[in-house]
Amino acid sequence: MTTHFIVHDKADSVGVVVVEDVLAGNDVTGWIMETDETIQLKSLDAVPLGHKIALRDLKVGDTVLKYGHDVGRIVVDVARGRHVHVHNLKTKRW
Amino acid sequence: MGRYDFFGYRRENGRVGIRNHVVILPLDDLSNAAAEAVANNIKGTLAIPHAYGRLQFGEDLELHFRTLIGTGCNPNVAACVVIGIEPSWTSRVVDGIAKTGKPVVGLAIEGHGDISTIASASRKAREFVQRASEKQRESCRIDELFVSTKCGESDTTSGLASCPTVGNLIDKLDPLGATTCFGETSELTGAELVCASRAATPDIKQKFMDVFNAYQEVIDRHKTSDLSESQPTKGNIAGGLTTIEEKAFGNLQKIGRKTKFIEVLKPAEAPAKGGGLYYMDTSSAAAECVTLQAAAGFVVHLFPTGQGNVIGNPIEPVIKLTANPKTARTMVEHIDLDVSGILRREMTLDEAGDQLIDIMIRTCNGRLTCAEALGHREFVLTKLYQSA
Repeated sequence: MTTHFIVHDKADSVGVVVVEDVLAGNDVTGWIMETDETIQLKSLDAVPLGHKIALRDLKVGDTVLKYGHDVGRIVVDVARGRHVHVHNLKTKRW
Repeated sequence: MGRYDFFGYRRENGRVGIRNHVVILPLDDLSNAAAEAVANNIKGTLAIPHAYGRLQFGEDLELHFRTLIGTGCNPNVAACVVIGIEPSWTSRVVDGIAKTGKPVVGLAIEGHGDISTIASASRKAREFVQRASEKQRESCRIDELFVSTKCGESDTTSGLASCPTVGNLIDKLDPLGATTCFGETSELTGAELVCASRAATPDIKQKFMDVFNAYQEVIDRHKTSDLSESQPTKGNIAGGLTTIEEKAFGNLQKIGRKTKFIEVLKPAEAPAKGGGLYYMDTSSAAAECVTLQAAAGFVVHLFPTGQGNVIGNPIEPVIKLTANPKTARTMVEHIDLDVSGILRREMTLDEAGDQLIDIMIRTCNGRLTCAEALGHREFVLTKLYQSA
């Protein structure tokens, strides 16, 4: 079975798409490396290779976890399955 | 024979190189033309032109000398001809390199002119290159190898697979006594406390945090934005990396899961505590960082890339690996090792680490890297502030 996205840690808010053809409306399968679990969700956007997909609904001000660590804050509400990138996630530093 | 023995060039001071360059080294920008003319005259020599060396002062001047002397001292260099505009600073570089015991000579242009200097330098370069060409490789141990790492044009696949592959190698080679090095101070932002926790002692941890905080002050003083598009770069963002924190955690995967770093080095400072992992205070720009690591005596470099950074170095072979399947396909001539199988779950991290050790040992034995075959020789001096 194809793994469409990979999640570093169980606690993470986002997964990374690792195939070149995830489109809006696709049912996609993810692998959580930390726990070796498989998860499923529906992609609501076309998400390019290497880009992030939200694993849960995220609200403005929420901290995004990746590698189990804080990698920034949400600046526009994001629904589960949406593309997460510079349009809705910003650094807390600099 | 140890499992990871390789065939290298043992130098006069006992250090081991994996290449046998005769370098024509300009002290300053003015001497580039003469250095390049000598390298054109004498086949098998290598000129390393650069942009600086005039009117520098203080710590910036010290770093200039440390980088040039360190480049000449690197065991991948068999011999060195130094050319400068005037004799005094030229001699300072020559004297620094001469401490290794390797053949080195200096020539100054003032009072002689380019043509006469090129003729004298070419005669010495001819002698050096013929002597170097008779040097034989001999069996060397892994604890004699100096390995540096830095990633570039990273994307999320770097943090998922190619940086952890380097980390796997470091965790395997550290107990065997290899000397390894990572850097990229600004690119630890957000992950600095996790990095600090990997210091071997509280003193080293404090030294790391002092260096990290000093670099943050430089950024705070000069920044006009949150650095998005500079750090992370446009290429990082195209590859899916969004924030510096996200990039930093991916970067840090290169030091593995358990190896501790045993010292904090100044830019281009040679390690002096024996085998182990060293942290060096460097810029995160690829060519600046690798140039500093090469000047500190590292002889082979491991470079994970996501979107496809094409960097090489004149004296330190740069081995590139990627986990991005698109980059592996579209930039195949730049990629020494494709670990994208990790993302397809066709390859384990442990297998990828073993493959990286294999290609590294083959490179140490003489295999040219993609960057060497393509002629990439990026040599970029780090400048701390304006010249006088």
